[in-house]
Amino acid sequence: MTVTASRPVEAEVEPISSGGKFTTAAANYIDERTSISGLVKELGRKIFPDHWSFMLGEVALYSFIVILLSGTFLTFFFQPSMAEVVYHGSYVPLKGITMSAAYSSTLNISFDIRGGLLFRQVHHWAALLFIAAIGLHMLRVFFTGAFRKPREINWFIGFVLFVLAMAEGFTGYSLPDDLLSGNGLRIIDGLIKGIPVVGTWISYLLFGGEFPGNKLVAEFYSIHILLLPAILVAALGVHLLLMVVNKHTQFAGPGRTNDNVVGVPILPVFAAKAGGFFFVIFGVIVLIASLFTINPIWTYGPYDPSPISAGTQPDWYIGFADGALRLVPPGWEFVLWGHTWSFNMISVIIVLVVFLGLVAFYPFIEGWVTGDKREHHITDRPRNAPTRTAIGAAGVTFYAVLWAAASSDLMATHFKITLEGVIHTLQALLILGPIIAYHVTKRVCLALMKKDREIALHGYESGRIVRLPGGEYIEVHEQLSDYERWRLVSYEDYTPLMIRPNRQGKITGAERFRSSLSRWFFEDRISPITKGEIEQGGHH
Amino acid sequence: MAQHDDGGTNAAAGSAVEHSDLSDPGTAVVSSDAIQNPGLPPHRLRVTDIDPKKEKTAERNVYTLFYLSIVGSIFAVAAYVAFPITPGNTTSVRLNTLFLGLGIALGLLALGIGAIYWAKNLMRGDELTEMRHTTRGSDATRERAVEIFKEGNQESGFGRRSLIRNSLIGALLAFPLPGIVLFRDLAPAADPAKLLSHTMWKKGTRLTHDPSGAPIKASDVTLGSVFHVIPEGLIGREDALEQKAKAAVLVMRLEPDLLHASKGREKWNYNGIVAYSKICTHAGCPVALYEQQTHHLLCPCHSSTFDVEHECEVIFGPAKRPLPQLPITVDSEGYLIAQSDFHEPVGPSFWERS
Ligand code: FES
Repeated sequence: MTVTASRPVEAEVEPISSGGKFTTAAANYIDERTSISGLVKELGRKIFPDHWSFMLGEVALYSFIVILLSGTFLTFFFQPSMAEVVYHGSYVPLKGITMSAAYSSTLNISFDIRGGLLFRQVHHWAALLFIAAIGLHMLRVFFTGAFRKPREINWFIGFVLFVLAMAEGFTGYSLPDDLLSGNGLRIIDGLIKGIPVVGTWISYLLFGGEFPGNKLVAEFYSIHILLLPAILVAALGVHLLLMVVNKHTQFAGPGRTNDNVVGVPILPVFAAKAGGFFFVIFGVIVLIASLFTINPIWTYGPYDPSPISAGTQPDWYIGFADGALRLVPPGWEFVLWGHTWSFNMISVIIVLVVFLGLVAFYPFIEGWVTGDKREHHITDRPRNAPTRTAIGAAGVTFYAVLWAAASSDLMATHFKITLEGVIHTLQALLILGPIIAYHVTKRVCLALMKKDREIALHGYESGRIVRLPGGEYIEVHEQLSDYERWRLVSYEDYTPLMIRPNRQGKITGAERFRSSLSRWFFEDRISPITKGEIEQGGHH
Repeated sequence: MAQHDDGGTNAAAGSAVEHSDLSDPGTAVVSSDAIQNPGLPPHRLRVTDIDPKKEKTAERNVYTLFYLSIVGSIFAVAAYVAFPITPGNTTSVRLNTLFLGLGIALGLLALGIGAIYWAKNLMRGDELTEMRHTTRGSDATRERAVEIFKEGNQESGFGRRSLIRNSLIGALLAFPLPGIVLFRDLAPAADPAKLLSHTMWKKGTRLTHDPSGAPIKASDVTLGSVFHVIPEGLIGREDALEQKAKAAVLVMRLEPDLLHASKGREKWNYNGIVAYSKICTHAGCPVALYEQQTHHLLCPCHSSTFDVEHECEVIFGPAKRPLPQLPITVDSEGYLIAQSDFHEPVGPSFWERS
């Protein structure tokens, strides 16, 4: 694939400098051994569309690189061991206290190694940014429909990356073996023990005996720095490869079609922008890390099963799970057939798995409902897919309520209301919030679509009032240019599915279900404007 | 095959979103009366394209930023030396973190901003167009792929020789099994359910202060006070943390007539002094907050609340079971001791518990 420039390429041959000679020789040397010129030819001028929202995935990628770099530095000083040591380092308040080697080496990183605290904080801030950026990137892809064919599989891989990132976060958070993360682990232990049949054994094996045991840090260390990163890097590689194969999506716009990509070539513009952006992200993370303390484990103390501080909070991305545990109504635990059924744990696991499962498989569900087998490279404006956008808003609300619930005690003290009041409100919101969000969003989308239609047909209200010869006043409408109008009118339009009997003359249950979903999705659709309408609309 | 387009003449006709992909559109509406794509709008030149002076300024900005980046990196190296950490001095740690970080950040940010600024203002400014093609391989490629599989099948006899194939599948399924079994020895041989059902407490074990381990006299436990308690002999044990995670106890003293002891448990307190497991029956957090007025224990993790007056039954939150009570009394010297172990497993529920 080549891209020829319309701008005449300067043809005069510059005299080759000695540097140029060296470059030529080196390139030749490498190509004769690797055939890399093919790769350059294939990728060097590949086109990338530009839009601010496309940078979210880049933020995730770059913060991951920062995590790898800073994490590698930390491994040189960290001791992943729960062996007991007596602290003799330079942080005075903890001198002489018995703690694990993991905790003491984390103290040493923070207080004895130059740049140690800085890079612990770089690592932690980068991790928080990493997961946040993945989340936002997923929202971008979801709300613009960029997950549709041929990108369903890549959405799923991205989802796996999201889960891996959270697992990386949690295992890393637990490594310093401080009081805060230890209490987090204790909750995980309780959650696991609530799993029917195998829970007790999983916990027993995970902790290498009874909680807290002396294995966990070493285990989590292997998982955190070897197992999960290996899977993450592999999945990330496939994710990026598929992005190259499928080429990036683009927003609808004049000149942009489903069959082309309009944007900047990798060499030089995209490479410079993306490379520069990497350094900006890295720089911002280092700046934050040098100014703001994160996870000051020395104030928590080493892990001990007995103390706890009020208002303890997990890292933000675990909040939704912690909040779910808090919102379980009282008494959801039964003894039946000689066994304990901890529905106060099981229900949380089920709700989270179902929620995440819907996220993971949404593209396949929507694809099944529309039956659309064509490739989609033009992304939707969220308003132009009202039902999807409304579903997304409902999902975000659900997640947000769970997340807020993780701070229920803080909210109660802060707003001076009873804890019961907060919990009951959140319980109600968990059910009602998504329903309300769904309906409001859908209405807003439809209203915006109507407005777009109006504008595309009759133009903007210019604010200019004119008196007609007959004496009446009208406001002059400014017509849109073809380019402006195109943005408003180019979107996909679907009708609800009509049930038809299959070849055996039967209507299957699955088809009935599909048709009711389809009706739900598309019954109040608003069609894009046609040429005919514009022609009529012109005369008024 | 792709071409650069700067005039807006190549727009394809078709429905609102053009599709050359002729696959089944499902329930999508394909309209013949759709508005046509007007094509790319004319490219607008930047000031740096038009004004050579502005171009020069931009160039100067870029290399200034790159030089600034070098300054930042060198500053970071200098800060590493100039702001050492003196043991015991947290201010020195803060300064080291701050200046090292600022230097590195400057090195990175100036470099990044410089590159982006260069791309935006001096590199080619118009957009290019490249054609896509459908993701699926061409028919010929796909046919060839099918053929290759067929050849492979024929030449190996994978489909034909069913015994070989099935035994191979069997072997492939069986080989990971040892790998799973290997994980059994992550934990010792004992039965976890049994371990979870017992703690260190037994008849006569003294209640001692957490963390000092000093025994507690009943007379020291005044009304309204709360004591964090561990069993005597815990300190120094090799499995101290595991034992503590089960045996930690809270001791409180209430007016004896406030206690609503159920039948058989009237003698588990000593003059209104009661001992309850500190391990939350929800997920195991320490139930560390005691409200003196209401005699409620609150778990900070998910807000389960237990009523000490009513044998620590749950009055709010996701926990179901009351906190297990440790029966206590005093020994001849007046120190608080346990009458026995807990009568039920402490901490979070588990499958084998009933
Ligand atoms: S651990 Fe106590 S409420 Fe969850």
